[in-house]
Amino acid sequence: MILLELFYTFFTIGLFTFGGGYAMLPLIQEKVVANGWMGMEELTNFVAISESTPGPFAINISTYVGAETAGVPGALCATLGVVLPSFLIILIVAKIYVRFKNSRAVGGVMFGLRAAVVGLMAAALWGMLRTVFFHGVPVAWASVLRPEFLCSAAIFAAAVTAALKKVSPIIIIVCSAAAGVAAGYIFGL
Amino acid sequence: MTLRERLRQCLRLFLIFLKIGAFTFGGGYAMIPLIEYETAEKRDLIEKEEISDVVAIAESTPGPIAINSATFVGYRTAGVLGSAAATLGVVLPSFVIILVIAFFLRRLMEYRVVQYAFFGIRAGVLALIVKAVVSFWKRADHRVFGWCVMVGAFAWAALTDWSVIGLLALCGAAGFVFCAVQRKRGKLP
Repeated sequence: MILLELFYTFFTIGLFTFGGGYAMLPLIQEKVVANGWMGMEELTNFVAISESTPGPFAINISTYVGAETAGVPGALCATLGVVLPSFLIILIVAKIYVRFKNSRAVGGVMFGLRAAVVGLMAAALWGMLRTVFFHGVPVAWASVLRPEFLCSAAIFAAAVTAALKKVSPIIIIVCSAAAGVAAGYIFGL
Repeated sequence: MTLRERLRQCLRLFLIFLKIGAFTFGGGYAMIPLIEYETAEKRDLIEKEEISDVVAIAESTPGPIAINSATFVGYRTAGVLGSAAATLGVVLPSFVIILVIAFFLRRLMEYRVVQYAFFGIRAGVLALIVKAVVSFWKRADHRVFGWCVMVGAFAWAALTDWSVIGLLALCGAAGFVFCAVQRKRGKLP
């Protein structure tokens, strides 16, 4: 049953995402992309759409995957799934939050998880970089000379520089889109 | 608090978080200043000092920061009903907007100019994920332990198809043991 499967998948993703937002990407790749509900390119497109619309990434992506897979009921099940673990856990924690906040056990576990999430997110980024730069061709030196690769690399390099200088995400997305359109027509990609 | 007052409080929470959900781009952390302004400065729903607790709790529990904070503030203000009202409020705008987008996106993607735009956007948006990885990295441990976990997590996710959840359990346990040992040696309070 697809609705149940959507609910369960996003429930798991919500339950095991620490730090919010893009910390969700490794699990999305493992559960959603591997399931065939969304391609890696579509996921990358969607990151941009989520950045250009209000609201948290988690809600945006679950609503989108749910809607694409099973319409409005699918969107409802996926979103409910991603929200429910947080909701229930916070209800419990809110009752004991002073003890929770000062707990050494929680502090220790989070200390390990914070480092793990960095590695996991880097791996998720690595997977997306490979898809964007080498879409449909082998990862090899010969592939580097294609105009698709060179344009992508140039846009990526410019965007990283801009992002680290705290340029607003919307401006980065708009400029990348313009560069993509220009490159597309010039090189006939 | 009478039931009537409580319901009015819930409606207020719902509307506040609806506004927060509809007007924050970039999700979780971008929401914190707005939550502070709307709930602590403009109204006295929670104390200003409690905002740092909201962030601490949202960070050390699984799930999206936005949902965690909404549920927590809602609960502190008006109990379980309040947390449901606040969470529904923060989710609703994203949900509706993404449903509309999901409906149009496939048709839009048939245009060549849109395909080119997304070709550029895919390369540019990865920069935003780079930025997220960097900011998570800054908050993680930078000693030998942290680096081992980060590199190990990257290798686990990028080179194998072992479960991400298994890795999180392992790293959480490792962090717990590491902090306990450090404390025994007197290096942690």
